[in-house]
Amino acid sequence: MTDLISMTIAEARNGLANKSFTSLELTDAHLAAIEAARALNAFVLETPDKARAMARAIDARIAKGEGGPLAGIPLGIKDLFATKDVRTTACSKILGNFVPPYESTVTSQLWRDGAVMLGKLNNDEFAMGSSNETSCFGPVVNPWRREGSNTSLVPGGSSGGSASAVAALLCMGATATDTGGSIRQPAAFTATVGVKPTYGRCSRWGIVAFASSLDQAGPIARTVRDSAILMRSMAGHDPKDTTSVDRAVPDYEAAIGKSVKGMKIGIPKEYRLDGMPAEVEKLWTEGAAWLKAAGAELVEISLPHTKYALPAYYIVAPAEASSNLARYDGVRYGLRVPGGSIGEMYENTRAEGFGDEVRRRVMIGTYVLSAGYYDAYYLRAQKVRTLIKKDFEDCFAKGVNAILTPATPSAAFGVGEKGGADPVEMYLNDIFTVTVNMAGLPGIAVPAGKDVQGLPLGLQLIGRPFDEETLFSLGEVVEQAAGRFTPERWW
Amino acid sequence: MSVDAATVRRIAHLARIAVAEAEVPHLQGELNAMLAFVEQLSEVNVDGVEPMTSVTPMEMKKRPDVINDGEIADDVVRNAPDTVNHFFLVPKVVE
Repeated sequence: MTDLISMTIAEARNGLANKSFTSLELTDAHLAAIEAARALNAFVLETPDKARAMARAIDARIAKGEGGPLAGIPLGIKDLFATKDVRTTACSKILGNFVPPYESTVTSQLWRDGAVMLGKLNNDEFAMGSSNETSCFGPVVNPWRREGSNTSLVPGGSSGGSASAVAALLCMGATATDTGGSIRQPAAFTATVGVKPTYGRCSRWGIVAFASSLDQAGPIARTVRDSAILMRSMAGHDPKDTTSVDRAVPDYEAAIGKSVKGMKIGIPKEYRLDGMPAEVEKLWTEGAAWLKAAGAELVEISLPHTKYALPAYYIVAPAEASSNLARYDGVRYGLRVPGGSIGEMYENTRAEGFGDEVRRRVMIGTYVLSAGYYDAYYLRAQKVRTLIKKDFEDCFAKGVNAILTPATPSAAFGVGEKGGADPVEMYLNDIFTVTVNMAGLPGIAVPAGKDVQGLPLGLQLIGRPFDEETLFSLGEVVEQAAGRFTPERWW
Repeated sequence: MSVDAATVRRIAHLARIAVAEAEVPHLQGELNAMLAFVEQLSEVNVDGVEPMTSVTPMEMKKRPDVINDGEIADDVVRNAPDTVNHFFLVPKVVE
């Protein structure tokens, strides 16, 4: 039965359809894998009873020929997605034992299409982090290790639990969210595929809010095809989210294997950083060669405001977070720490409930929105954001179909290695991914190779708004050329 | 720009987060590291640039002004730390 967990979603779909195994068997195999992998700390809540009940129900539906596109596929859900009657914490102490009486739109669409929930996945507290070390449940461990070493490495973040679980074969795919790189960076660190869709493609309703103008849900899976299968179920218009776009959802899987001949791929010169590891640079060149061999045309492009994306992000995102997180006041849900007055109760609750990184960002956000500083910081950052977006628009107007960049400036690093003294050291992880959120564009991270220590590295493709299909076509070319990478089991 | 200890205390109060006196110096250091990092934005020429208000151009959709949900008071209060008869309880505000 161990083979059941190493299949792709596409393979499992066939196996379920031709009755080689049932969803219950598939689900049980994954539940056993989860139990054996607790050392990774990828799951913060396992829901085996619910999983088996869902699997039995879907097996009955499959028997009647009413399966749905994800019928019987066991998935993990990032703990940022509200799941009805299942504890949802955003991995923050301040949500405590919050049990939503409602289901997020994205997850409800997965269940509509027949998927099975295995449990809730670890993430950085309120999705604020790039290493999954800020979770109140403790850090997630990357299933990948450096060759000849047993040092624990981070899986990236904030969707570290999703990436780790998918890479370690604990679930066939996972939901994730991306505000500055939180899907693509962990995907790159774990040799999984991560898709950050165009802003507005997936409903944000029922997802714990971090920075509302940047947050987008997307899948992490083991192949480009699997990520396309999941995307089709996750995307779609939702009247409950006014920023969700009323646009038909294409059959993303149909884009897999489509020719990329004649496509113009931009290579942005500003992404060539001083001090970038030679192997990242080499991988990038290799990726370009693969696309060229498939018939694409490569052009050097310029995105002149690239270096300002990360600083602008660290104004816009904390500002929105400080506003979104004002709701955690100890009154309607979550933790309450008593105080002599209502004001003291708020202050004590938030001091106890928020971790260091969240407190830091709420405070910086409060500062840049405060009287006297709004124009100098927030308004200026929003103007810079307009310029960042215009850089991309100018390139697309010249006929560029997609842009190829490295996904991260390095491979995974050790637990506790970064950001101890200076928070900015950790923030630099998102240098290649954050521009995409600032401009609202789609991006995909695809595993492309390994560094000298045997750790995975990924490439990122950035697309035009709502042209995820081109990213799937190009991503497939990269995957075919690079092959797939699986960590050796040690846990 | 950088913040002094008094500003750190003021921001903490605005954000409604209790900060112990002993935490002020290192919070001040962290906030100043972030402010130093974002300082580079001041070199960008933003004359005549509109601030972004919507990342995807879209018309604000309007919903019909009708009641389409409700009668779920049990659900609304079920996660609250302290309630009585569907009311949220808080420390006394008015004497």
